[in-house]
Amino acid sequence: MKRLVRKHPLAIRWFHWINFPLLALMIWSGTLIYWAYPIYRIGAGSHTLVAMNLSQPAWKTLHVNNRLAEGMAFHFFFMWLFAINGIAYVLYTAISGEWRELVPNRHSFKEAWYTLLHDLHLRKEPSPPRKFNGAQQIAYTLIVLMGLGSLLTGLAIYKPVQFSWLTTMFGGYPTARFFHFWLTAGYVAFFVVHVGQVIKTGWNNFRAMIIGYEVQNSAEAANE
Amino acid sequence: MSDDPVDQASGLGPRASVEGDQASEKTDTAPAPGADAIPVSDPASQELAAETSEPSEARGPRPEASEKTDTAPAPASDSAPLTDPASEELAAETSERSEARGPRPEASGEVERELKRLSRRGFLTAGVAAAAGYGTWKWLTTRQRIDGLQWPLRRVLQLNESVAESYFGTARLTPTFPPSRIKRPARLNGNLGLDPRFDPAAWRLLVEGAEGPVTLSLDDIKALPRHDQITEFRCIEGWSMIVKWTGVRLADLMARFPPPERVNYIAMETPDRGYYVGLDMQSAMHPQTLLAYALNDELLSMPHGAPLRLAIPVKYGIKNIKRIGVIRYTNVRPADFWAEQGYDWYAGH
Repeated sequence: MKRLVRKHPLAIRWFHWINFPLLALMIWSGTLIYWAYPIYRIGAGSHTLVAMNLSQPAWKTLHVNNRLAEGMAFHFFFMWLFAINGIAYVLYTAISGEWRELVPNRHSFKEAWYTLLHDLHLRKEPSPPRKFNGAQQIAYTLIVLMGLGSLLTGLAIYKPVQFSWLTTMFGGYPTARFFHFWLTAGYVAFFVVHVGQVIKTGWNNFRAMIIGYEVQNSAEAANE
Repeated sequence: MSDDPVDQASGLGPRASVEGDQASEKTDTAPAPGADAIPVSDPASQELAAETSEPSEARGPRPEASEKTDTAPAPASDSAPLTDPASEELAAETSERSEARGPRPEASGEVERELKRLSRRGFLTAGVAAAAGYGTWKWLTTRQRIDGLQWPLRRVLQLNESVAESYFGTARLTPTFPPSRIKRPARLNGNLGLDPRFDPAAWRLLVEGAEGPVTLSLDDIKALPRHDQITEFRCIEGWSMIVKWTGVRLADLMARFPPPERVNYIAMETPDRGYYVGLDMQSAMHPQTLLAYALNDELLSMPHGAPLRLAIPVKYGIKNIKRIGVIRYTNVRPADFWAEQGYDWYAGH
């Protein structure tokens, strides 16, 4: 028997969907800045596996060359909205008690491992039918910590004199820039996995992030 | 759980239903773990629970209550599909009841109807929000440009500048480094304003806006207290290098040749006016802002801006103007070469 179950509070849905375009704009404007000095790579020693760079023709085709000024202007415009939305989200989860479902506990890591094995088809038993399983708790908490890291490393390279203590804490200006970049790469990786999981989990789950409610079978409900 | 539909509807008969309502209220104000398992949700559902509990207080089968429960939802959800939470409550209750009794096609229909209603509301809101977001983006990117930037972006850069100025402390210094960290040779970047026909022997620094006309030779400038500093030079492109500057403080020059009145800005230009920067007074008066005549222990080379350039670690490299010809005290926000190309005028750290 089917029934409707309330899943995501209205505030969380707004925070999530406001964050999506804002983070996209921060990444987009950030890459416009990055192309002015694209030095990072994946590799060891002199061996480079992937250079975080584009060829001149690719730059021109994508029309992302020589747009540093524009990138900075957009970055320093949307940073406020991105930060405010993120801080509001954290405050909301803290005050509402929602954090209890989001923050990992001592079982989360073992559970996340099982979830990973299940997703890789190495384990039959599915994740527990809680709102957020261990893997989700870890991922959704980590992404918030990454957001904090982006704000702090961003501030460290935005105001390296007035906040020189912060810049020094991150190992200096070039290192802070390095972290700021790789955190962004982390968001992109998160996005790929996140969207993949959402597609895999299906429409009912996705719809719940829009309308707040999920359809549950009574069999599932009985498990809880 | 009782199978009596009246009790179910009453909210008093079966305790579980009452608890459910209380828990659901909690969910709305302070979502608690486990609350998601409770099918009812809206605060307004309390009203309905209260309403329906009234008849049941009589503790008897009251057909009216049952009738109300069965007939109310359909018109309510039709007439006010976006706002009426009571119907949600009903749907949830109905499904709960059906659970107790086994599958009931009508109840399943109710869940479907309720789901449709919620979906319509949710996706409509999402659509409107997405359209509003897209519209805002279109609006933002099509605004009239001020020096290459849409005016809202310019305005926010100026807001950021005000924020930065409000916490700027001249006592907060850029870190200094040991000589071993110096990059040799220092990287060269740009030759704007460096006219090759320049004659360094004939060069004089003009200070405009002081009490009287001031024309200074390099020796006049070297007469001011000398300062050495090994600091990080940060280009707006993202690269940085540690270099050693030798020179005099801009603050000392200004104290020696002060303006008659307080001014807010300092403008600097190359002799050919091919490059020019504007500085806010706080940054200009920072103790690490030097008029430098040596770089890495050698007198400035021509490409590095001989005979005198600005070394201002509280700004990006673009403000570190080479070959200064004119320094002007002013209350008019000075023109800035790169700010006219879409960059932030302040460009400060």
